[in-house]
Amino acid sequence: MGQITTLAEAVARLVHDGDTVALEGFTHLIPVAAGHEIIRQGRRDLTLVRMTPDIVYDQLIGAGCARKLVFSWAGNPGVGSLHRFRDAAQHGWPVPLEIEEHSHAGMANRYAAGAAGLPFAVLRGYTGTDLPGRTATVAPITCPFTGEVLTAVPALNPDVAIVHAQRADRRGNVQIWGISGVHKEVVLASRSSLVTVEEIVDELEPRPGALVLPGWAITCVAEVPRGAHPSYAMGYYERDNAYYRSWDAISRDRDAFTAWLRAEVLR
Amino acid sequence: MTYSPGEMMTVAAARALAPGTSCFVGIGKPSTAANLARRTHAPDLVLVYESGTIGAKPDRLPLSIGDGVLAETADAVVSVPEIFNYWLQPGRIDVGFLGAAQLDRFANINTTVIGKDYTDPTVRLPGAGGAPEIAASCREVIVIVAHSRRTFVTTVDFVTSVGFGAGPGDRERHGLRGRGPQLVVTDLGMLAPDPETCELTLTHLHPGVTLDEVRAATGWELRVAAELRTTAAPTDTELSVLRALENPTS
Repeated sequence: MGQITTLAEAVARLVHDGDTVALEGFTHLIPVAAGHEIIRQGRRDLTLVRMTPDIVYDQLIGAGCARKLVFSWAGNPGVGSLHRFRDAAQHGWPVPLEIEEHSHAGMANRYAAGAAGLPFAVLRGYTGTDLPGRTATVAPITCPFTGEVLTAVPALNPDVAIVHAQRADRRGNVQIWGISGVHKEVVLASRSSLVTVEEIVDELEPRPGALVLPGWAITCVAEVPRGAHPSYAMGYYERDNAYYRSWDAISRDRDAFTAWLRAEVLR
Repeated sequence: MTYSPGEMMTVAAARALAPGTSCFVGIGKPSTAANLARRTHAPDLVLVYESGTIGAKPDRLPLSIGDGVLAETADAVVSVPEIFNYWLQPGRIDVGFLGAAQLDRFANINTTVIGKDYTDPTVRLPGAGGAPEIAASCREVIVIVAHSRRTFVTTVDFVTSVGFGAGPGDRERHGLRGRGPQLVVTDLGMLAPDPETCELTLTHLHPGVTLDEVRAATGWELRVAAELRTTAAPTDTELSVLRALENPTS
């Protein structure tokens, strides 16, 4: 019920070993601090779901939290590869990583079906590509009205969704503006949810076009200033592009990554 | 003004974007070219980014597809399901602008894995992102990619996004609604599909580039248009605007 709590308490309550966890945020409002808390609490065997595994997923995978990754684009945007992801997928370090690969349109529709309480979604997609042959969660379906063959993808209903947002009030209503990605869909599709916010205020100032997630649709809200860094929160701080660039060198090397993990997350 | 092959490529791609059209833009070269077009011959070009920003008018190059400057300057900011389902899927976007790690003679694109074994690839690439549906649903597609044998291969290791499949009729058989890739812009020249065979055919050499150089950088036996043209060199205006975009502080 939009219960206001601390980040550590929320992660301890909502994220369990073996869970399917979706941290979302499309470039904007990525819940990085929450990812670090999951690492600190030593979660294992997670199925991590995210359209664009960002460096926070590189960090979770490198820390050994993940067993499986469900995604549609895995890279360090504008920089290159996610090296911890590649090391886990190709060499099983620190633990083997299973992958389930989609397109953006497929992932977005899987969340939308999950939010709508439907078992699957239909889209025009994937036909002619090699993706259906590699992903069991893509299947052809015939339209009962026109006979046209389309693509079905099953709903995604994670155990827990974690997103970041600008503001919440003391009743746990959350306000988001700017690029909202799949925030609404992933929160409504998941069995429980945590929203980290830049600040908790007495009253949400009305903002035209802003998305409001009512507190009764959310499980926990935690105030975590700069909780999206190095991604950004419109109105609060800019994307830290230098950090994204610097991640490349840290993540290329297992020892450099391990040293970073100890110094920056586990300290 | 002297210019680099990369600048020639970006300028040639920008010119291919007609005024008044809508363009689904990826980050990197496509975004640079689209923003150049908007500052030169196509001020009313509608830039659409997969982050859900429609009609973005950034005053500098965005650093990611979800850069705040895109949201601040857009006509509309919509969710990711909406941008794919309501705007891309029904074919409302004129041009899709894509890059490639590998490209074959039928303009099929690989951005998934290098190597024949998906489960044990030589190189794991980022994957599909929005590209398969952009390639399927935009009215046409422009590909921008540096020309080399590593990229221009006989057969792509993985079909992430369909160009013309195995040839004529394949797009229709797969139910893909757009016309597919109509132009490939490289740092050496430009290619277009042959209207009958759908095979990519060299139509333009950039100034100073020889046919032998292009053949040496292409992994298949390259077909050449009957009338091979030379791309017009970048104008001083195009270069000045491009450089101001890429190096705003200088």
